Amino acid sequence: MDKRVAFKGWMLPALLLAPQLAITFVFFYWPALQAVWQSFLLQDAFGLKTSFVWFENYTDLFRNRDYFNSAMTTALFSVAVATLSLSLALALAVQADKAIKGAQAYRTLLIWPYAIAPAIAGVLWLFMFHPSLGMIARGFQSMGFDWNPLLNGNHAFWLVVLAATWKQISYNFLFFLAGLQSIPKSVIEAAAIDGATPRRRFWTVVFPLLSPTTFFLAVVNVVYVFFDTFGIIDVITGGGPAKATETLVYKVFSDGRLGGDLGGSAAQSVILLILVIGMTAVQFRYIERKVTY
Amino acid sequence: MVERSTLFSRVLPHAILLLGVFIVAFPVYLAIIASTHTAADIINGRFGLLPGGQAIENYSRILFKGTSGTTREPVLNMMLNSFAMATFIATGKILISILSAFAVVYFRFPFRRTIFWLIFITLMLPVEVRIYPTFKIVADLGLLDTYAGLTVPLIASATGTLLFRQFFMTVPDELLEASKIDGAGPMKFFWDTLLPLSLTTCAALFVIQFIYGWNQYLWPLLITTKDSMQTIVIGIKKMIVTQDALTEWQLAMATAVLAMLPPVAVVVIMQRLFVKGLVETEK
Repeated sequence: MDKRVAFKGWMLPALLLAPQLAITFVFFYWPALQAVWQSFLLQDAFGLKTSFVWFENYTDLFRNRDYFNSAMTTALFSVAVATLSLSLALALAVQADKAIKGAQAYRTLLIWPYAIAPAIAGVLWLFMFHPSLGMIARGFQSMGFDWNPLLNGNHAFWLVVLAATWKQISYNFLFFLAGLQSIPKSVIEAAAIDGATPRRRFWTVVFPLLSPTTFFLAVVNVVYVFFDTFGIIDVITGGGPAKATETLVYKVFSDGRLGGDLGGSAAQSVILLILVIGMTAVQFRYIERKVTY
Repeated sequence: MVERSTLFSRVLPHAILLLGVFIVAFPVYLAIIASTHTAADIINGRFGLLPGGQAIENYSRILFKGTSGTTREPVLNMMLNSFAMATFIATGKILISILSAFAVVYFRFPFRRTIFWLIFITLMLPVEVRIYPTFKIVADLGLLDTYAGLTVPLIASATGTLLFRQFFMTVPDELLEASKIDGAGPMKFFWDTLLPLSLTTCAALFVIQFIYGWNQYLWPLLITTKDSMQTIVIGIKKMIVTQDALTEWQLAMATAVLAMLPPVAVVVIMQRLFVKGLVETEK
C-alpha cells in the first residue's frame, strides 16, 4: 500500500530515518550478527585461542541433558500458562460481554494488572506462597500439605505458572472482550431462533468466530512465557530449585553470567532467535488468512 | 436473548466477574496490608486482612532511607531512576518512530521497502535473545551505569514505526495535496498538518511505552551496577533474600506497592488511550 502523492528527494528522508536506523544497526543487527558468528566459534579454556567449529556448539547443546530439560520446562510452562490464562480470561470476557450494564466498570477492574511488572508480580506471589510466612502457604501446611516452593521443584514450577497466569489474564481478557463485542448480534440471535441453547450457541457460533483472536492470543502468550516471564522466575526461584524453573531465556542469562562458554551461549541465543522468527511468521500467516473454521 | 431471564441467570455473570476481580486484586490487597505492619508481625504470620498501624513509618523509612541490609538506596531515588528511564524511552521511541514513519510513508526514495523491512524485522529481536552481545557493545561504548545505556538500546523497535505508519495511511491524501498547492514543503506539512493529527496516537504510544519502560527488568539488571542507578523493579529483587530471614518483608511490600502505583495509575486514568495503544500496536 502506497500513498498516491508523495515528496521526492532522498536527503531529507535519509536524515529522518537516520536516528532509528543508527540505533537499530548498533543495538539490534550488530549484536545479533555477533551472536550468530560467535555461535560457530570455540574458545579454549584460557580464552587464548579461538577456532571455527561449524555446528559443534549446536550439536553439543542438543546432546546436553540440561538444555533438553530446560526446553521441556519452557514447553510445559508455555502450555500451562497459555491454557490457564486463556480459559480464565475467556470465561470472564464472556460474562462481561453478557453483563451489558457494568461491562465498562468490570473492564477497568480487570485490566490494571497489565501495568504490573513481571518481577513485581513475582514478589506478590512469593509473598503469598512463601513457605514460612505466606498466608496461603500456611493454609496448605495446616491442611497437612508440605508446601515448599524453595525446595520442591514441582511446587516452584506451579508457583511460577500461577504468577505468570495471573499477570496475563488482563491482557487476554481485553482482547477477548473486544473480539466478543465485534461479533454481530444477529448471528447469535439467528442461532437462538433456531433453538440452539446458550451453551450450544457459544460452542458452535461464538467460539469459532472468536478463533482469530484465540489464535493470536495463543501465540502472544507463548512469546510472553518465553521472554517476559524472566522477571517472575528471577524473583521467585532464580531458576531453581535444581533448575526446575529454568526456561531457555533464563538459561542463556545464567550460563552467560557464569562466563565461560561464549560459543554455547551464543548458540542458545541463535536458537531462541529462530524460534521467535518462526512464531512471528506463523502469526502473520494465520492472521492474514483470518482463521475461521 | 430468547431464554426467559431468571434471577439466577442475571446474577451469575456478576458473581463470576466479581470472583475474577477478587482473584486479580487479592495479591495486591495483601501487599498493601502487609506494608502497614511490623516486621515481626509478618514473620510470625500475626497479620490478618486488616491494615496495621505502621504505614507512615514503613513508607517514610523506605522512601527516604531504604532497607537496613541488602540495598541501602532510598526508594525515592529508585523511583526517580525508573521515572527517568520510562519517560526517556517513551519520548525517544515516539520521536524516532514518528520521523521514520513519516519518511517511509510520505517520500519516494531508493531502497524504501528494504529500509522498512530492516526496521520491521527488529520486532523479532527482543532484547532477551541478544543480551550479551548488546551488553558488550554498551560496555565498549562506556555506557554502563548511565541513563543513555539504560534507555537508548530499548528505544529502537518497530512497534512505534508500524503504529505511526498505519495511522499515516489513514490520513486522507487530499490533505497533502492541499498542503502542496499552498506551497508547503515536507517539514511544514509535518508540523502543521500531520503532527497535530497524530497527537492521540502519540499519547496512546506514550502510555504503552511508559509502562514498558517502567517495568523493564533484565536490561537494567545487566546495565546498572551502582546502587544509585538502580530502578525500583531491580531494587526490590535485592531486598528479597529468598533463603534467608533477613528480608524485611514489610519494606519489600511497601516498595512493591510503590513500584505498582505509577504504571497502574497511568492505565486506570488513561484507560481509553491505553486500550487504543495496546490494541493498535498488536495489529
